[in-house]
Amino acid sequence: MTSMTRILLAASALAMTSAMPAFAKTFVYCSEASPEGFDPAPYTAGSTFDASAHPIYNRLVEFKKGTTEIEPGLAESWEVSADGLEYTFKLRQGVKWHSNEKFTATRDFNADDVIFSFQRQASADHPWNQYISGISYEYYNSMEMPSLIKEIVKVDDYTVKFVLNRPEAPFLANIAMPFASITSAEYASVLEAAGTREDLNNMPIGTGPFTFVAYQKDSVVRFARNANYWGPAPMIENLVFAITPDAAVRLQKLKAGECHLMPFPAPADVEAIKADPNLKVEEQAGLNIGYLAYNTTMPPFDNPNVRKALNMAMNKQAIIDAVFQGAGQVAKNPIPPTMWSYNDAIVDDAYDPEAAKAMLEAEGVTDLSMKVWAMPVQRPYMPNARRTAELIQEDFAKVGVTVEIVSYEWGEYLDKSMEAGRDGAVILGWTGDNGDPDNFLSVLLSCASAQPGGANRAFWCNEEFSALVAQAKQTADVAERTRLYQEAQVIFKDQAPWATLDHSTQYVPMSNKVSGFVMSPLGDFTFDTVDIAE
Amino acid sequence: MIRFILSKLLYLVPTFIGITIIAFGFVRILPGDPVLLMAGERGISPERHAELSAQLGFDRPIWEQYFDFLGRLFQGDLGNSLVTKKPVLDEFLTLFPATVELGLVAILLATLIGVPVGVLAAIKRGSWFDQVSMTAALVGFSMPIFWWGLLLIIFFSGVLGWTPVSGRISLLYFFPDVTGFMLIDSLLSGQKGAFASALSHLILPSVVLATIPLAVIARQTRSAMLEVMGEDYVRSARAKGMSQARVVGVHALRNAMIPVITTIGLQIGVLMAGAILTESIFSWPGIGKWMIDSIARRDYPVVQSGLLLIAGLVMVVNLLVDLTYGLINPRIRHK
Repeated sequence: MTSMTRILLAASALAMTSAMPAFAKTFVYCSEASPEGFDPAPYTAGSTFDASAHPIYNRLVEFKKGTTEIEPGLAESWEVSADGLEYTFKLRQGVKWHSNEKFTATRDFNADDVIFSFQRQASADHPWNQYISGISYEYYNSMEMPSLIKEIVKVDDYTVKFVLNRPEAPFLANIAMPFASITSAEYASVLEAAGTREDLNNMPIGTGPFTFVAYQKDSVVRFARNANYWGPAPMIENLVFAITPDAAVRLQKLKAGECHLMPFPAPADVEAIKADPNLKVEEQAGLNIGYLAYNTTMPPFDNPNVRKALNMAMNKQAIIDAVFQGAGQVAKNPIPPTMWSYNDAIVDDAYDPEAAKAMLEAEGVTDLSMKVWAMPVQRPYMPNARRTAELIQEDFAKVGVTVEIVSYEWGEYLDKSMEAGRDGAVILGWTGDNGDPDNFLSVLLSCASAQPGGANRAFWCNEEFSALVAQAKQTADVAERTRLYQEAQVIFKDQAPWATLDHSTQYVPMSNKVSGFVMSPLGDFTFDTVDIAE
Repeated sequence: MIRFILSKLLYLVPTFIGITIIAFGFVRILPGDPVLLMAGERGISPERHAELSAQLGFDRPIWEQYFDFLGRLFQGDLGNSLVTKKPVLDEFLTLFPATVELGLVAILLATLIGVPVGVLAAIKRGSWFDQVSMTAALVGFSMPIFWWGLLLIIFFSGVLGWTPVSGRISLLYFFPDVTGFMLIDSLLSGQKGAFASALSHLILPSVVLATIPLAVIARQTRSAMLEVMGEDYVRSARAKGMSQARVVGVHALRNAMIPVITTIGLQIGVLMAGAILTESIFSWPGIGKWMIDSIARRDYPVVQSGLLLIAGLVMVVNLLVDLTYGLINPRIRHK
């Protein structure tokens, strides 16, 4: 082995002298997964948006960095009609499209691009709806755009009017999401003429801070600074995504200087990363919730007192300590504390096994045995569901409730947990799409979402709660919406369809040389403001 | 010889049909479907689910889908990925060279080390070298690849800083794919240091991937050598006063190589299995990692056609091994 090894090691020593790119200001991000494509509209994965919607594209309105507030993007300003049914956007002028070997724009961004970007998703008859066969627009659909948008009118080249079928308070937040990225209608017609329509997804053209350079499948994505960017130009000249799916390997790459920043460290590694003098860690409360959803249609879980008693039997702080290793906080509401309208006046059910036991007995529940479902995968809101279920099992045993832990493969888990008559309580969670409380309360807990295919895994349908949430959705005034949502949270707490478990903390480890990175509450990774010290 | 080849080829037909059924059935037996996985925690209404399933053709009877798959297959159409929407064959051809490159280096490493170690262990049977190398081979054979890969990364890349952590080449180098083989393309690019960088990135993954085949080859070589060394002709050669080197090199090794070559050939399948894990650890953009990702997403067309391509490849390699076998040993082809 020796001579062979020696040759290889000599070669490696030679290569190591140039392990890190030497050319000017190249920022390397060790991303966690390959992008599915570069057209954000047909995809749903955050890792895809990090490589497409955020560096390459813009939207009419954008989330202000580090917040879920809306700020102007490609629309400089907008007006909402008094009835909340018409949104008129004044578009930014002089915004240049990227160019590539196949395309050089002859005109700036304008209203035609906005209409193209929405219509291709809206209408099955649109020539670009199926520009790749079998494509579908899941975000556009799941944000209820088809039933919401009545029509989109071009008032003039720089004015676009969206006419809605009903007032929708979260509308602006919805169109700040990646699926609503604006693509070039002119590029589409050039590709159409060339007969290479799929290049819209392979060789993207946008207006964003970075231009697309190349993608080597499952390996590297390269971007370059957009010299003509309409906003503040990025500090770095090259942006490289080194696709590294394994968290332990990402960390090794970060330590070795092969990348500058990584997402999703293993919770157990965070302390060691903090101790490393060459690295730093930024952290932020995640816009998420982990929960245990009872089946509120099945006895004895149809009784709110039973659910409350079980919640009181659960030592949630112990779960945060053991499973999250401190990287999270106990949840008392179904929305995270960083979200507006969070009702901090609500008091969580205190951990009190004795009282819980007495309460169960008072409700005539003895010798209860139940199933707790633990999902097989790690999610941002839940690093280890199995361990969490085991802790719940121990806690419930103390009040005389026997727990059997069940698990299924992830796809099956999502499916079976929505089956009517499901046996047992399900551990699951949610990460916000757009920072609007409706995106949690309506999607996860309304009567409508308790229907088959919805996300209400407690099958909890409380008319009063649903009415409040529906009313808030149609109310423009934020103070009034806040009041409605806070009231809804009181009902939620009183009825306890879930045990609210946690809001996890998100960590982003990076090299000490990195500055200007802003964490997004929505979990996006954007690099137009980062810089690296030489 | 031609009859021998034809008879071998004839065997491939039912095997291939069998593989299409397994490849098609395997991913569908797995619970969960691609539409549900795409929807995630949000869920999807039964109507929308049916709509998307119909769009993807999953609403048709399973046998109809199978014959459709088979029909397209014979026209050379392996379908499109549900996730990336790209033709499966294009993706395969993009990623395959990376796997071949890694596999070839690994099998070369395994053979160049495994055969001499096996021979030496056989000659010095019972010595400390025999004991240590065969124990090491046993450990290597039972090595959990994921753990082993990570261990090597932490030690050689993390602690010593000798090798890069992952990837195929330093990000400093950027040149278009010509052959898809990084060692060749880096030379063609003419960029200084590119080849060395590509080579350094190959060290750890190929060592990890070579571990199990190396152990198998070393053990197989040892036992084949021991068997041959006990044969009459070896004793005669010794009796004639031939040197040890000549006895081993000319008489024993050559005859011992027949089962060893078969073993090396059979390692192709083992390599493919190992590549799945090795590629995942080292972020190696090959077909192993591609298959794992696609299985997790229930990307039916990729999994079924990918399995078929890999299985077809293993079959071809095994056929070649059989044929080589026939070349080396005439008795086999006349059987």
